[in-house]
Amino acid sequence: MTAVKGIPIFPTLVLSIFIFSGIFAGFLAPYDPVENHINEALSPPAWQEGGTTKYLLGTDHLGRDMLSRLLYGATVSLRVGFIVVFVSGGTGAILAILAGFIGGWVGMAIMRLTDMMLSIPYLLIAIVMAVLMGPSVNNVIIILVVLGWTQYTRVLHSEVLRIKEADFIQLAKVAGCSKMRIMLRHVFPNIVNTLIILGTLNLGQVIIMEASLSFIGAGVPPIFPAWGRMLADGRQYITFAWWLCVWPGLAILLVVLSCNLLGDWIRVRFDPKFRQI
Amino acid sequence: MKSKTILEVKDLKTYFFTRHGVAKAVDGVSFRLKEGEALGLVGESGCGKSITCLSILKLVPQPAGRIVGGKIIFDGVDLLSNSEKEMRDIRGRRISMILQDPMTSLNPLFTIGEQVAEPIIIHQKIDRARAWEKAKEMLTLVKIQSPEVRMMEYPHQMSGGMRQRIVGAMVLSCQPDLLIADEPTTSLDVTIQAQFLRLLKEIQERSNLSMIVVTHDFGIVAKVCDRLAVMYAGKIVEYAGIRELFNHPTHPYTKALMDSIPKMDVKVDRLYSIEGQPPDLRNLPPGCNFVPRCSHVMEICEKEPPGESVVGDGHTVSCWLSCPKWN
Repeated sequence: MTAVKGIPIFPTLVLSIFIFSGIFAGFLAPYDPVENHINEALSPPAWQEGGTTKYLLGTDHLGRDMLSRLLYGATVSLRVGFIVVFVSGGTGAILAILAGFIGGWVGMAIMRLTDMMLSIPYLLIAIVMAVLMGPSVNNVIIILVVLGWTQYTRVLHSEVLRIKEADFIQLAKVAGCSKMRIMLRHVFPNIVNTLIILGTLNLGQVIIMEASLSFIGAGVPPIFPAWGRMLADGRQYITFAWWLCVWPGLAILLVVLSCNLLGDWIRVRFDPKFRQI
Repeated sequence: MKSKTILEVKDLKTYFFTRHGVAKAVDGVSFRLKEGEALGLVGESGCGKSITCLSILKLVPQPAGRIVGGKIIFDGVDLLSNSEKEMRDIRGRRISMILQDPMTSLNPLFTIGEQVAEPIIIHQKIDRARAWEKAKEMLTLVKIQSPEVRMMEYPHQMSGGMRQRIVGAMVLSCQPDLLIADEPTTSLDVTIQAQFLRLLKEIQERSNLSMIVVTHDFGIVAKVCDRLAVMYAGKIVEYAGIRELFNHPTHPYTKALMDSIPKMDVKVDRLYSIEGQPPDLRNLPPGCNFVPRCSHVMEICEKEPPGESVVGDGHTVSCWLSCPKWN
């Protein structure tokens, strides 16, 4: 538990770099991410044989600079990832508390809706929505939120049911707390831990799902450089041009890993039992 | 001592509507509690003690449970006709409750100080600093050592006995008129039990607090209570002053309960226990509920439920054996 005291350096650093490069991609990137240099397609990273310092991390099958695409991709992927996690996590938590704490027909309705949403194949909805609204980044966000809140609700609902039975909730009622106050002050803080863990796990999934949506043409339009999309595009060249998949894969890995580490640290910070160690 | 009636429960009926039928958890309970008096509510598990208490606060487990009849008159007002908002104002400020398990009675995420101050902030509308001061006073009252340090700490740093005293401070912080203690010492060890009861009694006497103590332990009753109500299957079967009841237990159930307490001066091989199980609350016998386990069953007992008969000063019994008309 030594890592509890200060903010963990590695994940904070990694996330700051990615967020920074996402915001300032326009200044940092050496090239336009969609600019083709078809004569220099599939050129390897600078340090490998045949690579040039013009393209530090190499180029893809259309001769687009990998570094520039990665930097711009951070904008899309992180935006999609964080917005989806926050919105679906928030919605999921609110609905879980309402369903678990109020119960009755409200709870019944919410939970049956959750079950229903969980049982619909998400690709189907995604395709339908993409057809209706046309593929765009916002469309991806909407699809992933609409499909994503259910897993939060499912897990948190059972947490709420457990906490609801605790005597301190009963005592809060005896003390004359309103339902609102009990939900905000006594139920919500007790599910935050689970919410954070779910969120950090979900972030990785969201970035991958964005890739698969883009892959079937229902997600980010091909011209946008998103990490998931880049990963999917590079798949067919992997035997002779490893850098097409490895760079976006590494970026996703670092972001997800950092979020998990940071989430774990926040969880421990929030737990009074560990706070004083 | 003036003897104003603070709480009067009249023919209270709380039923649970389940898919297997209606469980009559509380079926026509009546009692009266005077200011500064402590009433003990004794009976087996599932006889309706806790539900009686929750009914007084109108916190019967939803959605199955419902109060279907009777009156609960607290300080001249019938609580059953109060709105939820009016009840919230009464809960914590005028009627408070201690629950059985101190280990889960405190929210693990907030400091002791914040939790003791919470009811004060809700009900007295005073600022945090003053509420904090008041919370410190309360913790001193329940004999927590160095309260200002403890208030910054979290529940997991306290022992069970301390937690129960902290809960005590919490529920008494708004000076309620009535305290309901639902088996307050069940999960404490014996030495801590005695300590906690002494403290409770002390506070009660000092602030003229009325109390309802739910328990199945006659030892606690003898220590703390002035009057005693024995419950069986949703009904009060015997109701008397504490001395009167211990000296002249009249209902066969009360007698049997008393017989099953180990005695210091009598040597027995096996402790007496009441045969059989309490009846299914969804399917009560037509006559007296105690018939299947009673050793004095008469013909009438199986046909009609017994009414209340007065057998002494403030001593009532619901049993055909004591009914003057019948004898």
